[in-house]
Amino acid sequence: MSAPAPSVPAAGTGARVLHFRDVAKAFPDGTVALEGVDLDVHRGEFVTVVGPSGCGKSTLLRIASGLSPATSGTAEMDAARIGYVFQDATLLPWRSVLKNVQLLAELHGMSKTATDQAARDALELVGLKGHEKKLPRALSGGMRMRASLARSLTLDPDLFLFDEPFGALDEITRERLNDELIRLFQAKGFGALFITHSVSEAVYLSTKVLVMSGRPGHVVDTFEVPFGADRTPELRFTPEFAALSGQVSHALRAGHS
Amino acid sequence: MSAPARTRSPEETAVTTTVTTTVPEAPAAVPALGTGGTAPLVRRRGAGVTRWAAPLAVFAALIGLWYAITYLVLEPSKRFLMPPPQDVLAAFGDGPTMERIGEALAQTVKVTFTGLAIAIVIGMAWAVLMSQAKVAERSLFPYAVALQCIPILALVPLIAFWFGYGFPARVIVCVLISLFPIVSNTLFGLQSVDRGMHELFDLHGASRTTRLLKLQLPAAMPAIFAGFRISAGLSVVGAIVGDVFFKQGQAGLGIVLDNFRNRIQGAELFATILVAAALGFAVFALFGWLGRLAVGRWYDQSVDAS
Repeated sequence: MSAPAPSVPAAGTGARVLHFRDVAKAFPDGTVALEGVDLDVHRGEFVTVVGPSGCGKSTLLRIASGLSPATSGTAEMDAARIGYVFQDATLLPWRSVLKNVQLLAELHGMSKTATDQAARDALELVGLKGHEKKLPRALSGGMRMRASLARSLTLDPDLFLFDEPFGALDEITRERLNDELIRLFQAKGFGALFITHSVSEAVYLSTKVLVMSGRPGHVVDTFEVPFGADRTPELRFTPEFAALSGQVSHALRAGHS
Repeated sequence: MSAPARTRSPEETAVTTTVTTTVPEAPAAVPALGTGGTAPLVRRRGAGVTRWAAPLAVFAALIGLWYAITYLVLEPSKRFLMPPPQDVLAAFGDGPTMERIGEALAQTVKVTFTGLAIAIVIGMAWAVLMSQAKVAERSLFPYAVALQCIPILALVPLIAFWFGYGFPARVIVCVLISLFPIVSNTLFGLQSVDRGMHELFDLHGASRTTRLLKLQLPAAMPAIFAGFRISAGLSVVGAIVGDVFFKQGQAGLGIVLDNFRNRIQGAELFATILVAAALGFAVFALFGWLGRLAVGRWYDQSVDAS
C-alpha cells in the first residue's frame, strides 16, 4: 500500500502544447456544440475532460487536432507531432500488428530502419512484443487498443489526444490499460488531453480534471488532482480518492441539471 | 462518404442486370466476395449426409429429366434436338471433335482474358478517377451506367463496322460487357473506407496518392475481386457472343457451336456447350481463388462453392 503522495505536480512543468481561449463551435444546422472553452495543456500534464454524452467532448478533440476548425476563439496547437487515439482502435485489418504500428511513421516519411526500430520499441512499451505478426482480427479489444497506442507512440508525440479510448473495454482490461497509460505518461512526459465519461478513470489518470456540461458544452469546474506519479490500483480505494471523485461527480451532476 | 445509391453490391450484379438496385448496407461494410452484403458471416452447414444427399438428388433428377425428354417427349426422328447423355459423353471421346473444340476453346480463352485484362485496367482507372473528386464522379458515372444499359448486342454491328470481324472486335465486345462490374465494385470499395481511418490519414498529412495506395485500394480489394469474378464470367459470354456474330477469323467456341448447330450434330453441340459452361465456371472459380489469396487472410467472408 503506497499512500498517495500529497505533492501537487507543478502544473505546466513543460512547454505549452495546447491552448484554447474562448473556443466555440457551431454546426451548420445551428447546433452549438461548444461555447467559451478555455483550456491549456503543457508537456507533463494529463488533463482529462469528463462530461455527459453529447456535451461536445469529442468536438473538443477534433478542434484540438485540427480535424475540424473552431467557429470562433483561439485554438492553438504547439506540438510538432500529435498522437490521437480514437474510440475505435482503427487498425487496418489487412496489416499485421507490426505493420499497423509502423503506419504513422511511414506517413511521416521516417526511414525504414527508424520506422522499424520505433515500432518494435513501441510494441515492447505496450506489452505486445511477440504479437508482431498477428492480424488485428486475432487480437482482443484490449490488445487492439494497445496496438493503437503503440502506433501513436512511434511518433514520440508532444501532445496525446484520447477520445474515450477504453470505453468499449471491460473493467479489468480498462484498469490495466489505465496503469499502462500512467506508466507511459511518466516515461515520456507528453501532454495529454483525455476524454472520458468515467469519473474514476478521470481522477485516476489525471493531473487535472475538467468537468464539462452541455449544451452548449462548456467547462463548469476544474480540479487539480493531488496524487503523485506513483499511482497504483490501491489508490482507487483511499478516502482521498473517494473524496475527490465525489466532488467531481457532484460538479458533473450540478452541471448536468 | 456514403454508399452511393447507384452502386450495386456484387451479388446483385451477379444475379440481375438492372442498374437501379441500391446497396442495402452501411457504408462501412465491404460487400462479401461470394454473398450479398447482408448475408450472415457464418453459414450454417448441414450434417454430413444431408449436405451431399440433397445436391446429388437434384443432380440425379435433372439427368432423369434429360432422359425423359430425350426418350419420352421427343420422337426418334427429333432426338437430335436433345441427344441422350451417353451420346454427349461419346462426343467427348471422339478425337477430331475434341481437337476442334480444344482449338476453339484456346481461342475463346485468349479473347476472354485479353478482354478481361483490358477491362480491369480501364475499369479500375475509371473508378479511381471518380473516387478522387465528386465532380469527376458526377461527370463520369453516367457513362458507366449507360454502358450497362445499352444492350451490347445492339452495338455489335457497329463494332464490326468499325473494327472488322477479327480478334480486336471480339476483344472489344468482351471489354464492353465486363467493364461495368469492375467500375462499380471498385468505386464502391474505394468509397466504403471507414471514416475513422480517413481521419487517421488526415491527421498525419497523407497525400492523395498515399491515401489511395495505403488505405483505399487495400480496403477496396474484397469488393474489387468480387467485381473481377463477375466480369470474368461476363467476359466469357462476350467472347462467345462475339464469335457467333462475327463468324470470321479464327474459330472460337461460338463459331464451333454455330457449325454444329448447322450440321445438326446435337451430341457435339451439347459437348461444346458443356465445355463453354466449364470455361465460365473455371474463370469464376479462378477469380474466387485469387480473391481468397489476396484478401482471405484478413477479410471475413463466406465464399460459396466456387
